[in-house]
Amino acid sequence: MSEHPIEVRDVSKRFRLYHERNQSVKAAIMRGGRARYEEFWALDDVSFDVKEGSTFALVGENGSGKSTMLKCLAKILRPDKGTISVEGKLSALLELGAGFHPELSGRENVFLNGSILGLSKRELERRFDEIVEFAGLHRFIDMPVKNYSSGMYVRLGFSVAINVDPDVLLIDEVLAVGDEEFQRKCLERVAELRAAGKTIVVVTHSLMTVRSLCDEAVWLERGRMREWGKADQVADAYLGQVHVDLQAQESAHPRPGMGKVRFVRLELLDASGRPVDQVCTGDSVTFRAHYEATEPVEDPVFSFSVHTPDGVLVSGPNTKEAEISVGKVDGSGVVDLTVPRLLLLLGNYDLSTECTDNTVTHSYDRLQRAFRFDVKPGTPHETYGGLTSLDGRWSVGAEG
Amino acid sequence: MTKLQEIASRHELFVNLTLRELRGKYKRSFLGWAWSLLNPLTTMLLYSFVFGFILEIEPETGDPSGLKNFPLYLLCGLLPFNFLAMSLNGGMGSLIGNSNLIKKTYFPREIMVGANTASWLVSFLIEMTLLVVALLIVGNGVLVWLPAVLVLMALQTMFVLGLALALSAAAVYFRDLEHLLGLVLQAWFYSAPIVYPMTLVTEQLSEDSVLLTIYNLNPLTRFVTAYRDFLYSLRWPPVDELLYLVGVSVGALLIGYAIFGRLEGRLAEEL
Repeated sequence: MSEHPIEVRDVSKRFRLYHERNQSVKAAIMRGGRARYEEFWALDDVSFDVKEGSTFALVGENGSGKSTMLKCLAKILRPDKGTISVEGKLSALLELGAGFHPELSGRENVFLNGSILGLSKRELERRFDEIVEFAGLHRFIDMPVKNYSSGMYVRLGFSVAINVDPDVLLIDEVLAVGDEEFQRKCLERVAELRAAGKTIVVVTHSLMTVRSLCDEAVWLERGRMREWGKADQVADAYLGQVHVDLQAQESAHPRPGMGKVRFVRLELLDASGRPVDQVCTGDSVTFRAHYEATEPVEDPVFSFSVHTPDGVLVSGPNTKEAEISVGKVDGSGVVDLTVPRLLLLLGNYDLSTECTDNTVTHSYDRLQRAFRFDVKPGTPHETYGGLTSLDGRWSVGAEG
Repeated sequence: MTKLQEIASRHELFVNLTLRELRGKYKRSFLGWAWSLLNPLTTMLLYSFVFGFILEIEPETGDPSGLKNFPLYLLCGLLPFNFLAMSLNGGMGSLIGNSNLIKKTYFPREIMVGANTASWLVSFLIEMTLLVVALLIVGNGVLVWLPAVLVLMALQTMFVLGLALALSAAAVYFRDLEHLLGLVLQAWFYSAPIVYPMTLVTEQLSEDSVLLTIYNLNPLTRFVTAYRDFLYSLRWPPVDELLYLVGVSVGALLIGYAIFGRLEGRLAEEL
């Protein structure tokens, strides 16, 4: 096998947007010709290689063409220009259990689905027990799949797809299926395939996945390739752009609030008081907001909040709930929130701050996701994902 | 790897999809496989009653077999027509009905259409076997003609598959083709000598009329008369008619596949 099992060269894919939904002979005759449509390029001149044994991510916003790219790799869509070559046996996890026939039993469907994925009958017979075992469906395997729950359906679909022993595996964020237990099994199996030197391409929104799982990545924006390189760098560049977009949105809408207190800037300080934008889990840090009060304000409430880039709120402490009396503020000053041990785990986080009146209903000013910082692994050392450490204490031993 | 090699390498998938079609068709029904025979049997009884009994259409006498039996005469044309009609109907819906597979997985799409045709071919084979048994019971020695009948069935399968391929892809772009097909099949049924002997048409039309030429060039007419020559009359059809069938079948398959090839590129996005 060559060094690059996947080679994508100058690939463009055009979609047609029809003006009417369903095509018909009648409509064509009435119109006197083919349907009218607009074209748009879902992919525009994209080229990249995927190294053998690497895990590769396609990132981008919705509609950026990343799923289209994956379908082109899977040969489901045919590019209008350019070439794609994929070497080795390919398995695509686009939709689990696609092609199951409701009237047929689980057993019959395993053989049918397996042969769609390119497995011979003999290979399937050899792996059958493993497939059923993995899906955990012993008792139900001879039941028609129309009687399966959606979870069972998906489990069987995944189990077949993952057990075809592919050289190249394409995954489209379908892994977020099933219960926790099954998700864990899926991730383990993907990790096994990675370790076994299989080439994996994932389409994902989660930059956490990109950073923690992937070696290289391509960032697509409206069908064009913005960046191709090391996963970390691409994730950074992508985040930077999302950040710029957010700020552009912010400045397009003037800051709300009554303006008696204005924030000047946000900072993150390390233990020695130096402004930083990168810290490690377990570090002592201080969040600092500089403000200016144009007139005296009695008892305002200050708050900080930390979001993930995807917009998940991690924490949002404020002075009122902490029962800190701020008193009267006037002129310029700073608000500090000191965190002796930062328990955030590996990833990027956005810092926001807000100042409100004492009832927390009227906002004087806020800076939304105005400062981004990076957290690197530290102590507690945890790299299995998640946002924050629980900082627990372990003890293992005999009972009692 | 060329397309044909790729298709050949997926023969197991082809078999599995064919089995899926067959199982899906009969699994949920109480009578199961019997249904596939009940349909032609009922049609045969109805047509025999209406055309043979009420309208008193005289079937030809087999030459040299000497057989004269309306239901058997009818079945020699009806079964091949049913195979054609079922395959075209099924083939037309085979891509639309499996849009989930086509949008989410990859395999050569023609296998889907081929499997559908194959599933109807299986039904056709079973029906023909029973017809042969019936013919043997009434004393028609068809056994020596069976190899020729099998070749004829192979030709018809090529013809049907060619049409089904073109229709399956075209139906994705024009969803109302299904309604049109129903009408076309009905007209096609009566345009060939299935429920009536060909002599009733030739008597009405002069030897050199254009209508008669068109009637004779109708591939279904030629298939039906060839099946009848082999099974009912126990004789060879004229060589030129057989060659015509070979030409039509190969032509239909090549053209149908070419049309399919033109249309298949955007199947996943049009579905």
